[in-house]
Amino acid sequence: MSCWETIADYALRSQGIGERLLPRTDFTLCQQFTLIGSGMIWNIYFGIVALCSGFFLATAVAMGKAARNPWFRKPAEWFIFLFRGSPLFIQFFFAYFVFLSLKDVSSFFNPLTSAWAGALVVLFLNTAAYSGEIFYGALQSIPKGDTEAADAYGLSGWARFRRVIWPTMLRLAWPAYTNEAIFLFHATTLVFFSGFPATQQRGDALYYATYFADKTFNPFVPYPILAGYFIILTLIVISIFGFVNNRLNRHLPQDVRKKIKVRPQIIR
Amino acid sequence: MFSFCTDPSTLEGFQWISCYLTTGKHMSMYWAVGTVLLLLAITAPTALAFGFAGASAARSQVAPLRWIGKTYIAVVRGIPDIAFFLFFVIALDQGFEYIRHKIKCPDWEEPVRQGNDFIVCTAAKLPLGNAPQWVHETYGFMLAVLTFAIVFGAFAANVLFGAMRAVPRGQLETAEAYGMSRRQTFWRVLVPQMWVYALPGLSNLWMVLIKATPLLFLLGVEDIVYWARELGGAKQPQFTEYPHDDWRMWYFAALLVFYLCFTKVSEFVMEKIMAKLTHGQATAAGEAQRRAAA
Repeated sequence: MSCWETIADYALRSQGIGERLLPRTDFTLCQQFTLIGSGMIWNIYFGIVALCSGFFLATAVAMGKAARNPWFRKPAEWFIFLFRGSPLFIQFFFAYFVFLSLKDVSSFFNPLTSAWAGALVVLFLNTAAYSGEIFYGALQSIPKGDTEAADAYGLSGWARFRRVIWPTMLRLAWPAYTNEAIFLFHATTLVFFSGFPATQQRGDALYYATYFADKTFNPFVPYPILAGYFIILTLIVISIFGFVNNRLNRHLPQDVRKKIKVRPQIIR
Repeated sequence: MFSFCTDPSTLEGFQWISCYLTTGKHMSMYWAVGTVLLLLAITAPTALAFGFAGASAARSQVAPLRWIGKTYIAVVRGIPDIAFFLFFVIALDQGFEYIRHKIKCPDWEEPVRQGNDFIVCTAAKLPLGNAPQWVHETYGFMLAVLTFAIVFGAFAANVLFGAMRAVPRGQLETAEAYGMSRRQTFWRVLVPQMWVYALPGLSNLWMVLIKATPLLFLLGVEDIVYWARELGGAKQPQFTEYPHDDWRMWYFAALLVFYLCFTKVSEFVMEKIMAKLTHGQATAAGEAQRRAAA
């Protein structure tokens, strides 16, 4: 079987399209590259959707934590502590079993027991908590002069937030938020190891990498492939976020702009 | 456990719960909590040692050593941690067996990797096939510890490398002016001073390490996640004296609370240590302390 046929068979295997049976014997490099790459679809899906939706909740949580009113502040603080203080792995397990018991209550909750919705909810809340803390830190370090200038222009309420506070917050938080995005993508690999079933062997990249490692007893091929894919993904994320960073900083002289630095941070 | 536990089917409410929570299997689960704490207690110093070695290597004057140190630090970035955990356990296991194989069976002709199989002679198997169960478990645990130490060592190395560079240059120049050799400067001036700068990063790393402990489950150790799944599942009356529905949700809720408490306590302790370390230091925090006291 040529490599093109393998790609045709397995490129969308993680979505249930193409050849049903996974390769069982005579594993070729091409198969490993194709299947692990196919699994990346899930990682990208989880990462992008969770990031885009979590961004808005994160802004709300950060505003809540920075609020003076304890009715907003306390819930936001507890939300952040709950998700940042416990392992994501346990959160996945807990959420999965909660969703399982909700299933008995109403069939409305059925989709939550499958990974595409259930794991997404957990990742969404999790990234909202982590980014909320980052945004909160940025809110605290908005230069006093900026808000004073907004007051002097007679801006208040929504206009003040929309035109001064929010852009400045984003600008200050962006390098840290880039890291958060990268490690959110890394965290998506936990999904299929934590209760959420991979129905009909439709799993993410790590799921297929482990499949090959288990079948061939050779971790030295699939895991480096996986690592390669993730390094590419990380570079893409960095370049997209770098582009946004440039745009957020476009009014500033070159030497005061904040640069994006990738800083190691592991499991959440 | 208690004297009234002899016939669980007659018990009600609190008594039933207290008997249920003290069955042999639950005791194993409490032991597993001990395993997690033991893992933390062994891994933290080992990772720190790895990190120290890595950071010292990265600023060494010998080029190959420096490359090794820098690669060690750099390689962990950009790759999901969990892939490392899955990779290292098999790789270390096979590495050890391969080395023993070379030593113990020098006249073994066949290749070690035959297609999809990894075959070493029986004398080189780790642990030996006839070893008792606890040896297997301990070996698995040690592999896990080593994996954790390697991965977290890289992160600690990064923190310590930064801390070593944060020590004011003037301190090192003073040491040189006193005629200290490079080695003396390193051990007597740099190392004692770097800890203040390293502590925020290290305490962050400690929090991350706490949150990484459930990954033991992936490494095949019977840890708390394993027991929570095992004990929480629905139990039929014919197989157990304590039948119940699917309680896994509550078991994982308990684990969640356990980790949250652990994090909270660690935060508190770290704050205390930091306050102690900054005392009398020429940093902004130390200055603030002085002003508050005055």
